[in-house]
Amino acid sequence: MAKTINKKNTVKLDFNIEYAPAPESKSSASIKSKYDLFINGKFEKPLSKKYFDTINPATEEKISTVADANNADVDKAVKAAKNAYQKTWSKMPAKERAKYIYRIARMIQERARELAIIETMDGGKPIRESRDIDIPVAANHFFYYAGWADKLSYAYPNKKIEPIGVAGQIIPWNFPLLMAAWKIAPALATGNTVVLKPAETTPLTALKLAEIIQESDLPPGVVNIITGAGATGAALVNHSDVNKIAFTGSTDVGKIIQRAVAGTNKKITLELGGKAANIIFDDAPLDQAVEGIINGIFFNQGHVCCAGSRLFVQESVYKTVLQKLKDRLETLIVGDPLDKNTDIGAINSKQQMDNIHKYLKIGEKEGAEMYQTHCVLPKKGFFIPPTLFTNVAQSSRIAQEEIFGPVLTIQTFRTDDEVIEKANNTPFGLSAGVWTDKGAKIFNLTTKMRAGVVWANTYNKFDPTSPFGGYKESGFGREGGLHGLSAYLK
Amino acid sequence: MIDTNLSLSIPDFTVSPRIDQVGIEERAKRFTTRSIKTSSKVSLLKLTLNMIDLTTLEGKDSEGKVKQLCYKAQHLHDTYPGLPTVAAVCVYPSMVKIAKKALGNSGIKVAAVATAFPSGQAPKDVKIRDTKYAVAEGADEIDMVISRGKFLEGDYNFVFDEIAAIKEACGNARLKVILETGELVTYDKVRRASDIAMYAGADFIKTSTGKIQPAATMPVTLVMLEAIRDFYYKTGKKIAMKPAGGISKAKLAVHYLVMLQETLGKDWMSNEWFRFGASSLANDVLMQLEKERTGVYQSANYFSID
Repeated sequence: MAKTINKKNTVKLDFNIEYAPAPESKSSASIKSKYDLFINGKFEKPLSKKYFDTINPATEEKISTVADANNADVDKAVKAAKNAYQKTWSKMPAKERAKYIYRIARMIQERARELAIIETMDGGKPIRESRDIDIPVAANHFFYYAGWADKLSYAYPNKKIEPIGVAGQIIPWNFPLLMAAWKIAPALATGNTVVLKPAETTPLTALKLAEIIQESDLPPGVVNIITGAGATGAALVNHSDVNKIAFTGSTDVGKIIQRAVAGTNKKITLELGGKAANIIFDDAPLDQAVEGIINGIFFNQGHVCCAGSRLFVQESVYKTVLQKLKDRLETLIVGDPLDKNTDIGAINSKQQMDNIHKYLKIGEKEGAEMYQTHCVLPKKGFFIPPTLFTNVAQSSRIAQEEIFGPVLTIQTFRTDDEVIEKANNTPFGLSAGVWTDKGAKIFNLTTKMRAGVVWANTYNKFDPTSPFGGYKESGFGREGGLHGLSAYLK
Repeated sequence: MIDTNLSLSIPDFTVSPRIDQVGIEERAKRFTTRSIKTSSKVSLLKLTLNMIDLTTLEGKDSEGKVKQLCYKAQHLHDTYPGLPTVAAVCVYPSMVKIAKKALGNSGIKVAAVATAFPSGQAPKDVKIRDTKYAVAEGADEIDMVISRGKFLEGDYNFVFDEIAAIKEACGNARLKVILETGELVTYDKVRRASDIAMYAGADFIKTSTGKIQPAATMPVTLVMLEAIRDFYYKTGKKIAMKPAGGISKAKLAVHYLVMLQETLGKDWMSNEWFRFGASSLANDVLMQLEKERTGVYQSANYFSID
């Protein structure tokens, strides 16, 4: 920052303000060098005798080694869950169950800082998001469902309330602890026991949660957490003692799971991919809409199933919105996820980065115009600058397929009917956003939008009391809120 | 970047862009999480000092008080070498001559609040005479208030014409238009008033008189900065911004500067384009600067209270 003090009275500054690095210290996070499987209340060595590494995607350095569960390990975990279900958990009075869930919620809050740091190190998301969103909302889910545990008869009056049994839960890498909370909290509140498999690239916060659960004195076997890749998940899905499958992840894997459970009596909920439309009308509060676009697609590097990845702008404000969007993009800071100033962190894995690059190439080949910000990317680690595509057609692959990265396609529209048709013209239906000053328009659109969640004049807001789930190939079943309970009851 | 077709056409102010309250407040809050430390902080604190309109607007203002204020404006804290001066001293029209003399050729501007400040409840010709008097006394800048009553009635033409007439009366003096956002209440109205002021000829738009609560807040200032940006894109003309009232801590001032840079960019990062209307901010900034220099906080007794 060059600076000259003029004798007259002006300080001339060649600004830019340089934000000082403010990295969160890793020292308050205790990470073991090796993690075993959490089965029956104890950390147990895997029968497979195999382990795999988990790395920090921002530095490509190894953080820890975790067990790779094979069929025998899965069997052991499911047996433990079944045993706990039959002997303790399903017989325990509901208000006693609630006490444990409350305890877990409080312990997550107490260790929020540590969990946020580990979440950021393992997954690459900015500390601002893990600290302000992932961890607090995860704790809130436990609090919320703890409250329901002894009030289920009020949730479903005149119905016999029965848990399902052992829930096999498979969660993705984009919101590791939050997804674990979404899955575990309602399952426990309704009296089920759990075998949870976190994603192979982000197992650490789930394993920290296992430590918390161990410390909370939850009866052994009620929650079992096993790590591994696709094969582990498949073993869990196919295990005959599992009564319910809850899966969040890609549509491709969701289809495989649905095929696998066909013909069995397993209950299933799937929360899969999305290609959400974010629709800006000309009467919208444009500056806030631009914030909403940014938050919609660049939140968590775009690794969000409900990301607003297809932007529709009404023709008359297209130029203005694009200008404002580009201006705002230039102020985004991409870099060290542990730095509190960072807006956009690291792509979760090399594999995902390659996948996003593949789509960038496809986009350019399809004749779309690509715009990327001029930010400086760190030399090491997996980073992609925020990317916009204009001149995109409804038939472009980048506008049809889920990219799961910081890539936004922009299209224009003229009339309400046109944009409703285009927005619904996708195999997905998880979420959508509508930006307008006019209430009537919001209600018109939200009733016609085939999407599980529609945000009006905001985007990517999550709350435990609000159900979440998809239409069409975005899955079925709802998580969160009252609706989230029914997925775990007979 | 600039759409020249649109320049100078006066828009329909009833369709000024709408502001989403939740959205703007969320955005304003984000600026406060940027980390500013060490050399970056020191530069920003010095810039803050240099952007201050040191203000005294009391019925009990005396010649002596104004002279002391003018001395302080030039000698903020002489034990700290190389400090800038403030940007301007802001007084009532009756004190302009005294301030002008006291500031001599220091380069510090004299700003006068005119147009029946702070209520603006006077006929137009009185306001024009008030303005002309201040300019004749030597004011470099005029801080006018809009007729909030007329604005809230929906008589935007009246407000527009009045600002244009005052601008004409200002001659070469730069005109700051005070919207008194605390009386406009909604962000939508703040935005509309900003648009009216800029199209009517304001050089600055300013949040508040300091006599009404709430005065400047970050979201209100952000609404106005965004209005300035939109106006710049439409016309190519830069408008300056002055939040006033309620900014008394250095840390808050730095948040404002972060907001300024991330909204309007570095071209606005000087006292030609941004001011703080404040009376007690300077001392807190000085205290922080001394803390950065010496590593310890000094007692408030070491900083003069003028």
